[in-house]
Amino acid sequence: MKIIYQTWWKILAVVLIFYTLIAGLLVPVPVLPILHETIRNLYFHVPMWIGMLSVFVISVYYSVMYLNTGKEEYDLASVECVNTGLLFYSLGLVTGMIWARFTWGEFWSGDPKQNSAAIAFLLYCAYLVLRNSIDEEQKRAKISAIYNIFAFPIMIVLIFILPRLTDSLHPGNGGNPAFGKYDLDNRMRMVFYPAMAGWALMAVWIATIRYRLRLIEHKRNNINL
Amino acid sequence: MKKLLILIFLTLSGLVAFAGENGGTGMADEFYKSGRIYVVIATIAIIFVGLAIYLFAIDRRLKKIEKGN
Repeated sequence: MKIIYQTWWKILAVVLIFYTLIAGLLVPVPVLPILHETIRNLYFHVPMWIGMLSVFVISVYYSVMYLNTGKEEYDLASVECVNTGLLFYSLGLVTGMIWARFTWGEFWSGDPKQNSAAIAFLLYCAYLVLRNSIDEEQKRAKISAIYNIFAFPIMIVLIFILPRLTDSLHPGNGGNPAFGKYDLDNRMRMVFYPAMAGWALMAVWIATIRYRLRLIEHKRNNINL
Repeated sequence: MKKLLILIFLTLSGLVAFAGENGGTGMADEFYKSGRIYVVIATIAIIFVGLAIYLFAIDRRLKKIEKGN
């Protein structure tokens, strides 16, 4: 885990996001009905989900590693990744709701993607509630690691698979063409891919900061014991 | 490091070349032509740079504490 102490990828994250903030507003976008200029939201709404995903993947990886090795640091990494992921999750939901208000007509349309995303959000909140309910450290780590390993694939199915199987307003689901094939053009891709990379790195950075703080607290508590 | 920063700054400045067109959606033509888009960009850029500096400061403080241990 030595890479979390290095700086180069953090600077890369900041530079990439800064670039997409400026380019996202200046680079011309294709003309599409209903969306008009709001298609620029693509550079911000979708990267929130990439940030959430990257951090949840790291979380479930460390959950598995914890069950394999029993090292407490892995459990700390898992929970701090979930904490950061929930932040990006909320941002993704809220930005999606605002975008929906102006394109679909309401903040919440009962759309399958929106509903599924809300359910999976509660799933991860339940992870935190579960952790709070167990006092003993090792038991808490073990049980929450197992829960995490179940929650992750359920979240994937709910957000990415289920909405594609049914009617949905959301692009990429319910028979709608995803932004990728029909609406995104190469100019947008120039901004979109760096945005995804930048925000993924940013999410990981925030998670590593939280993790390092937790580690220091954990070490201090162990010294005091 | 300084050269890298200058290179990044110049690259980002090149983005201004795009400022003339705005996709022809018609929704914000006046906004772009009048140059007010730069106010929005400046606002967002300032906010983001502020947050980035804050994050780097936290990171540096953490490094100091960790070195002490």
